[in-house]
Amino acid sequence: MRRWMMVAALLPMLGGTAFAQDTVKIGYIDPLSGGGASVGEVGLKTFQFLAEELNAKGGILGKKVEIVPFDNKTNPQESLIQAQKAIDAGVRYITQGNGSSVAGALTDFITKYNDRNPGKEVLYFNYAAVDPVLTNAKCSFWHFRWDANSDIKMEALTNYMKSVPSIKKIYLINQDYSFGESVRSAAKTMLKAKRPDIQVVGDELHPLLKITDFAPYIAKIKASDADTVITGNWGQDFALLLKAAADAGLKVNWYTYYAGGTGGPTAIKQANLNHQVFQIAEGIPNLGHPPADAFEKALRAKYDFSLFYPRAVNEMRMFAAAADKAKSLDPVKVAAALEGMEFEVYSGGKGMMRKDDHQFFQPMYIASFGERTEKEPFDEEKTGWGWRLAAKIDTDQTVLPTTCKMERPN
Amino acid sequence: MLELVVISTLNGILFGMLLFLMASGLTVIFSMLGVLNFAHASFYMLGAFFGFQISRWVGFWPALFIAPLLAGALGAAVERFGLRRVHRNGHVAELLFTFGLAFAIEEVVQMIWGKSPVDFRIPPSLDFPAFRIFSTNYPAYKMFMLLVSIAIFVGLLIVLKKSRVGLIVQAALTHPHMVAHLGHNVERVFMLVFGVGTALAAVAGVIAGPALVTQSNMAALLGPILFVVVVVGGLGSLPGAFVASLLIGLVQTFAVSMNGSLAGAFGPLSPDYAQSWLSDIWGVTVAQIAPIMPYVLLVLILIFRPMGLLGTRET
Repeated sequence: MRRWMMVAALLPMLGGTAFAQDTVKIGYIDPLSGGGASVGEVGLKTFQFLAEELNAKGGILGKKVEIVPFDNKTNPQESLIQAQKAIDAGVRYITQGNGSSVAGALTDFITKYNDRNPGKEVLYFNYAAVDPVLTNAKCSFWHFRWDANSDIKMEALTNYMKSVPSIKKIYLINQDYSFGESVRSAAKTMLKAKRPDIQVVGDELHPLLKITDFAPYIAKIKASDADTVITGNWGQDFALLLKAAADAGLKVNWYTYYAGGTGGPTAIKQANLNHQVFQIAEGIPNLGHPPADAFEKALRAKYDFSLFYPRAVNEMRMFAAAADKAKSLDPVKVAAALEGMEFEVYSGGKGMMRKDDHQFFQPMYIASFGERTEKEPFDEEKTGWGWRLAAKIDTDQTVLPTTCKMERPN
Repeated sequence: MLELVVISTLNGILFGMLLFLMASGLTVIFSMLGVLNFAHASFYMLGAFFGFQISRWVGFWPALFIAPLLAGALGAAVERFGLRRVHRNGHVAELLFTFGLAFAIEEVVQMIWGKSPVDFRIPPSLDFPAFRIFSTNYPAYKMFMLLVSIAIFVGLLIVLKKSRVGLIVQAALTHPHMVAHLGHNVERVFMLVFGVGTALAAVAGVIAGPALVTQSNMAALLGPILFVVVVVGGLGSLPGAFVASLLIGLVQTFAVSMNGSLAGAFGPLSPDYAQSWLSDIWGVTVAQIAPIMPYVLLVLILIFRPMGLLGTRET
């Protein structure tokens, strides 16, 4: 009797392992609670949507793709616990995007883990953490980044801003961690070089995802008499900042990285900043690229949000392409296949995963948010307003040098 | 400059009054039961979520009354069936009980409303700029928040100082046995005070919910500051809590608007130290450390005036 019970207990476990071999598990480690939850949840659904897209075409090498969510609360320590949990659950591919502080901890952890566990390597696909250090001083063979890093974005933004003569006084407000720090210093050095006449009248760092009322900060921006604000804020830190600006009636131009994130468009509409908020990204709706439009429509039919992460689309599709090219799902072989890989990106045009530092280069778009013409079919968050292209930066113009000295496994 | 001062003062007072709504209940409960209620901020969160849910069903204005009543009833039940039993096992058990309760409430809220923020909106009837000073709009809803908290503060003061109920409560604070011998049901007084205290926190939740973010981490974000308020004001002192709330509200708001740093005061650091840890401390502005100012204040108060600003006993 007892023996039978043991067999019965073992059976489901066998079933589990057999099942696991038929799936490619991607561990999604991002905030699903706390201040980062609003963007983390959208990211998760986007990845699940992309996994379904791959599965509909037969998965990767015939294996079903499964996204396994892990909540890191935007906290680096918690992320490492979740990464270990993911690895213990059989995950060999980890993806993360929100928070360069988290990304820095994860890339260290995974590099060390892979050193100690040859044959069980884990790859880290970074879809949105843009601190330049991750593909420079702290670059790792196991880390691949699909989003343009902060310096690339600032280079493009300042190139655009330099041709706007009305900009005279700039205020910088950013989140107080490695990413915000890199935005503010890049903005200052680049503006100095390109438009020395522009005055930086404020340079603010505020706690990451902890502020619930930005009114004091807005009062300060107002007092500084700035005409333009640059911010790298994301998630609720952007939405609440704009909400406070709307309440106080602050009318300035905004140059941002992440204005399109959850709550951002609603707040911009509330503030009535018609085509006064700019965003730099690797894609927006309303570019008129037919495959992207079809994807956007399908996503919106299923969820109540629009595509905020074209980079995630590129990541998942390139992952599948790399596995096909390597004819293997072994992370080391997939990593080798990804290096230097060229790819037709989601928004159209060629992208390239640079071998030297694992930074992906792709066309970038500066867009403003406001009233639409009939050529712009997509609005955001039911505001009626949508994105309009202001400038396109081709792939070759986004390439910046790297200081990365990549250590490759033998 | 004047504009910044005026707006910051308004914002500071508003934040301070919101803190007071919560701190008042916490400090009165402490003086009665002798226990710091770690779950107090959770009732603020419950108030916000109840308010959100009820305003979905019947609108914001009924929610403003029903949500605090519900939260207060829940608070009273917690005292009657939880704290009162735990009380027999001493203060440590009570402390742990409220500590655990805070986590339990957070979990329950996450289970029901999820972990991401809910869409709790300002009622349309209050969604307009109240007035314009210099070139800044001041939202009507913020004025409403301010008026509600001031009204409650005045009401509370009158009830405690002038009414019969207030007299019994005050007597029960210091001489519970005497009050009991005079024929009053002290246990019921305790329960009611706990209920009213948590209901006040819930009022703060309902009115703050639409203006700030209604999310399952809102208790954890505000909880620590509450303890700063009651300790700085003096544990158990209602006027102390009032002064401390305003003080902390103003300190935090004004700190944000200041750009001073050591580098600004003493000139830039010599280049020899530019790459060292000292450069971080040298360059940090008052605005950047604004969020930790209340805790600095807490430490200083505990060192130099442990009974708090208006407190009467040592903590």
